[in-house]
Amino acid sequence: MAAISRDDVAHLAKLARIEMTPAELDHMATELEQILGAVKRVQEVATSDIAPTSHPLSMSNVFRDDVVKPSLTNEESLSGAPAKAEDRFKVPQILGEE
Amino acid sequence: MTNIHSTASEMASALTTKEISSVELTKQHLDRIASVDGKIHAFLHIDSDGALAQADAIDKKRASGEKLSPLAGVPIAVKDILAQKGIPTTAGSKILEGWRPPYDSTVVAKLKAAGVIILGKTNMDEFAMGSSTENSAYGTTQNPWDLTRTPGGSSGGSAAAVAAFEAPLAIGTDTGGSIRQPAALTGIVGVKPTYGGVSRYGVIAYSSSLDQVGPFARTVLDTALLHEAIAGHDERDSTSINAPVPQVVAAAKRLDVKGMKIGVIKELSGSGFQAGVSARIAESLELLVAAGAEIVEVSCPNFEYALAAYYLIAPSEASSNLARFDSMRYGLRVGDDGSKGAEEVMSATREAGFGKEVKRRIILGTYALSSGYYDAYYGSAQKVRTLVKQDFDNAFAKADVLVSPVTPTTAFKIGEKSNDPVAMYLSDIATIPVNMAGIGGMSLPVGLADEDGLPVGLQIMAPVMQDDRFYRVGGTLEAALLSKWGKPILSNAPDLAVK
Amino acid sequence: MTLDYAAATTKYEPTLGLEVHVELNTNSKMFCSCATEFGAEPNTQTCPVCLGLPGALPVVNGKAIESTILIGLALNCSIAPYSRFARKNYFYPDMPKNFQTSQYDEPICVDGYLDVEIETDEGPKVFRVDIERVHMEEDTGKSLHVGGSTGRIHGAEYSLLDYNRAGIPLVEIVTRIIPGTGKYAPQVARAYVTQLRDILRSLGVSDVKMEQGSLRCDANVSLAPIGSGKLGTRSETKNVNSLRSVERALTGEIERQANRLEAGMRIIQETRHFLEESGLTRPGRSKEQAEDYRYFPEPDLVPVTPDAKWIEELRAKLPENPADRRKRLQKEWNVPDSEMNSLINAELVDVVEETIKLGAEPTRARTWWLGEISRLANEKEVAPTSLITTAFVAEIIALISSGDLTDKLARQVVEGVVNGEGSPKDVIEKRGLKVVSDDSALMVAIEAAIAAQPDTAERIRGGNIPAAGALIGAVMKATGGQADAAKVRELLLKHLGQG
Repeated sequence: MAAISRDDVAHLAKLARIEMTPAELDHMATELEQILGAVKRVQEVATSDIAPTSHPLSMSNVFRDDVVKPSLTNEESLSGAPAKAEDRFKVPQILGEE
Repeated sequence: MTNIHSTASEMASALTTKEISSVELTKQHLDRIASVDGKIHAFLHIDSDGALAQADAIDKKRASGEKLSPLAGVPIAVKDILAQKGIPTTAGSKILEGWRPPYDSTVVAKLKAAGVIILGKTNMDEFAMGSSTENSAYGTTQNPWDLTRTPGGSSGGSAAAVAAFEAPLAIGTDTGGSIRQPAALTGIVGVKPTYGGVSRYGVIAYSSSLDQVGPFARTVLDTALLHEAIAGHDERDSTSINAPVPQVVAAAKRLDVKGMKIGVIKELSGSGFQAGVSARIAESLELLVAAGAEIVEVSCPNFEYALAAYYLIAPSEASSNLARFDSMRYGLRVGDDGSKGAEEVMSATREAGFGKEVKRRIILGTYALSSGYYDAYYGSAQKVRTLVKQDFDNAFAKADVLVSPVTPTTAFKIGEKSNDPVAMYLSDIATIPVNMAGIGGMSLPVGLADEDGLPVGLQIMAPVMQDDRFYRVGGTLEAALLSKWGKPILSNAPDLAVK
Repeated sequence: MTLDYAAATTKYEPTLGLEVHVELNTNSKMFCSCATEFGAEPNTQTCPVCLGLPGALPVVNGKAIESTILIGLALNCSIAPYSRFARKNYFYPDMPKNFQTSQYDEPICVDGYLDVEIETDEGPKVFRVDIERVHMEEDTGKSLHVGGSTGRIHGAEYSLLDYNRAGIPLVEIVTRIIPGTGKYAPQVARAYVTQLRDILRSLGVSDVKMEQGSLRCDANVSLAPIGSGKLGTRSETKNVNSLRSVERALTGEIERQANRLEAGMRIIQETRHFLEESGLTRPGRSKEQAEDYRYFPEPDLVPVTPDAKWIEELRAKLPENPADRRKRLQKEWNVPDSEMNSLINAELVDVVEETIKLGAEPTRARTWWLGEISRLANEKEVAPTSLITTAFVAEIIALISSGDLTDKLARQVVEGVVNGEGSPKDVIEKRGLKVVSDDSALMVAIEAAIAAQPDTAERIRGGNIPAAGALIGAVMKATGGQADAAKVRELLLKHLGQG
């Protein structure tokens, strides 16, 4: 397995939206490598004939009826907001198009 | 005379006969908390007013002859990972400091409906990531048995609260052992129900396919009473089991294991376990044989991969579950001085608001799910899960329940493992397979290790939806041990009361 | 030298790909029970689930599943016996969880097609558009950008978020690449979206209003030199808010790409925004730095496994394909394309069919709806169907057919009904509009007219038939227009020896 570089971690930190200093990136790279070294042994037994389990239970088709139930009020919805205006969540400028 | 050292069951009786009022009982516990929590730091938030008001309401209902639930009026502590409306809920993290949910989790709603008195929210490893409660952003919790040691984690606060008699009951969550391990390290009973047995609605998610809510108490019967109060199908949780709650209270009272086959897992014994731990386990097995059970040896060869798989699956799911903490709608917001865009503020907030272990797992999880690596890591881990399930299926074909030590060692010192993440992860080696397969398990205190006088826990596991089996075995063994010792295990714990 | 569209398509051939998002018209959201009403006060149709609050869990709306299966069946898809939801992970403030619960490699419907007919230089031609998949996902919240020079995102000081729309069910319909359309690519795209819209409308699963955003189209196109057998780099154009825009956007984009290629420049794989005013596109986020979405199966939801019985029940509910239905009706009514197209464009096909079903003579049904009623509707700037019911129209037409009303009188009846004077019967009675068809009554009026214009009568007796007009007019005036003009003419001529 290739070593984890600072750039690799920087890319991950960006995907995860966590700011990190270069020192933190280096430290994380070392730790990540260490942990990956320990966990990659899953590959030893994960052969192609084994199906993955994403769920401990074998349930399916859990649906609800299309019935409207009361929502939170505007006040309740906004109650935790760090900033609000005009009954909406106020957030810093979103740069870049969606 | 009913007091904080009574069992929840005894308290419930005393309340029914009106020997004591809920207000009185609640006051006793609030006084105890005031007296010892400065040393233990089990609680993050104590809701004295709310608790006393609830207690008063229950007393009035009882006086008017209204029919009440079995645990009505009995106090409880709730892990700070469950949303409680209007009460600070932090998940042990700075990123949710001050957040008051606008809704109740299903479990909290059930407790309120049952008239159980919520004293407050307990300390935990941040976002349930940890095995010692040292990862809490609000300082660690101390083990009541030895204040220089951890109570385990991530539900360390709940376990310590019960062990220190601050509450007779507590709620925890268990993703890789976070109820069973602290229970073992603090000498109390802790259960992780079958996955889907208790609603996860309102439980701040760590690893969705592994998380489960469960009860703590000082006796098996108390644990069963709480289990029945919180379990059951919830239409708000698509993964909750649509079947009747197993009859765990009846099972806890059965006191009989004749003819039961107890499977000892070969791979969870031997040199990796502290001698004193192994000794207490061995004695427990002898007691079970004396009570009419049969010991069989079973082998679960894929368990050695379970830890690795867990540390891929859980961080992966967590990296996604924790993405919502971005400062836009609730929680901490850092760096919003008008000059920075949303992305920058998000990143600065998450940097400041998440602790080291959380960041580590988010990065690890992001990596394991990323393009090009999914099959090798997350994908492979999910296959190990299939193998672990198969191991359990094979083992349960030979035995009614399986047993193992809960932890490799007794409670470790604060700071001992916190610099070595992999060493810390190893504390969960015996508990993780249970979550991977979705079955249930109990941690039962079975004595003190000779070396250090610290509690040892026996893990009892049962097949999916057969939780009553480990209550049956646990209840029987508990009675046998009580007979043998003459007094409960916690009577050996330090008093801690401020003189 | 810049290429115009015609020149561009003689050198390059376009390959299309179309993604259409449909907002379903369910009462509640995809994963929670909040209302989906359009235009509600901000953040009043929100709850812990669609706000992505810590601890919230999704529960699938069964009606949304049903609607999606209906869409898949109408598009000739196979319905997957096993499909799952997956998390699509990326950060954006309008997405509360910072992941979208969608479907990835296990969508609910696959491998369908839609045959689309357009007019070409060589006459009508049918293109088969292969549909790769139809899957379910959830909509995002709406952001308002405040401050900055234009109110657009760039330069905005801050943004305001309303999550009412977050969590509304979306169905995504993705075509395979559509080759071989040549210069007709924009028309094929438009015709495809139009047909899709009609089908969705006939299924009753969505309002399909492009202006309101309940039907959204993203158009992908790439160019390659004709005959090269290669595929070019594609661009994706969003913000296409009408059927006309679909055609304009693609026309503009093909021209733009052709000119870049001519100039030796490469096409950047990117998302572009369509600009209504100019008909051009402008660059948006560059897709070359594509996000790694780290898809994994949604652990909070369980698989969807529709059984064959349910699918067949839904298949039986499918209405006739709108295009097929229109062809059938055109044949039944035996009308030319021009008239059929008028009916289709005026959206009167359904009411005409209904009116005919209620017994009206087919030609009259068409002419009245397309003619008089549409005229009145245009005057009042409303839809024809809001003015008068099909039942009333059928009734009026029946009265014309039976001779109880002339066309002229019928127009007055229609006017009366539209003005709210009641049913046709009410109007006829109140206004006294019945046709005078009693011969003896008419003869009285005829003889009076002859007596008043003896010279004209003489001329008619002499064979000058056109002169009868004056006498007929006199009789009509005398009877207040209620005489049946044809009958008057018949009786008059007969009386004067010319019948």
